[in-house]
Amino acid sequence: MGFTASSDDRLTTDDYVSGGAAQTAVKILVVGHFAVGKTTFIGSISEIEPLSTEETMTQAAEAVDDLKGVRGKTTTTVALDFGRLTLSERVVLYLFGTPGQTRFVQMWEDMARGALGALILVDPERLADSFPVIDLIEQYGLDYAIAVNHFDGNPERAERALREALDLLDETPVVTCDARNEKSSAAALTTLVRYLLDRAS
Amino acid sequence: MRAGGEDLEFEPADLVRAYVITKGRELPDEQQLSLITLVTAAPQDGRRPARLTPEEQRLLDICSAGYLSVAEVAGHTRLPLGVVRIVLAALTEGGHLMTRPPVPRARNADKDLLEEVLNGLHRKFG
Repeated sequence: MGFTASSDDRLTTDDYVSGGAAQTAVKILVVGHFAVGKTTFIGSISEIEPLSTEETMTQAAEAVDDLKGVRGKTTTTVALDFGRLTLSERVVLYLFGTPGQTRFVQMWEDMARGALGALILVDPERLADSFPVIDLIEQYGLDYAIAVNHFDGNPERAERALREALDLLDETPVVTCDARNEKSSAAALTTLVRYLLDRAS
Repeated sequence: MRAGGEDLEFEPADLVRAYVITKGRELPDEQQLSLITLVTAAPQDGRRPARLTPEEQRLLDICSAGYLSVAEVAGHTRLPLGVVRIVLAALTEGGHLMTRPPVPRARNADKDLLEEVLNGLHRKFG
């Protein structure tokens, strides 16, 4: 199910973070509803083949100490896809594609903690599907920009309608992007970072 | 690329129960081993550390040739993130692993970092 077939753990030099001990790692979340293009986005600009890691979630209500492990134990595995961009000798950026399901509170806390911000991918044909994700990002206090993927139409009218539909603040950046395209994804990310910088100044 | 798109959910068919690998240890402090904490094997003076579990040895081997984030260690080994964090914490406690946690968020630090990120993106993608 993963992207790499390296079950034998053999890594090459490129797999490691160049600059090593001098590097500060930062992360940005790439979020959105199911199948909006998060993995494609990350894959288009990551310097490593995107990786996937699993977090096992146990339903809190059923956290019964049952060592036989048969009765009443509900665990779900959530896959997080992520990529990496070494941006200088001092900063390496990780992009985490985070599923939009609101019920994974623990995972969201892990993901949101220390994140610089979030890029929310939206599909203009499925705007309502983006509401829960936007709510979560706001709940965790992350600054965000909207990247409209799968875009096909009149940009200005679309942006106005979308701002209204998603109830965005005026300053929240909205960009269109083609998640399959490296330059286009990079431009969306740059828009977000410039906005975050404005907010931090 | 995986067939079913994103956000797959399934029940893992683990051969070894996670709590066996972790020897029943609890999750480490989140700040110490966050997703993006960078880890590498500590210098070993030429000798192999004794008495490591197979998983500890495996993770230490992966970390021996450079720095990786905790998330990358999990991605490459395909072990669940929670398990990886616990095993890495044990290795750190044993002095086998060095960690480089991300800087805590603060407005000023953020600004410098964000500038660095922005410049880096410009350099890389024009």
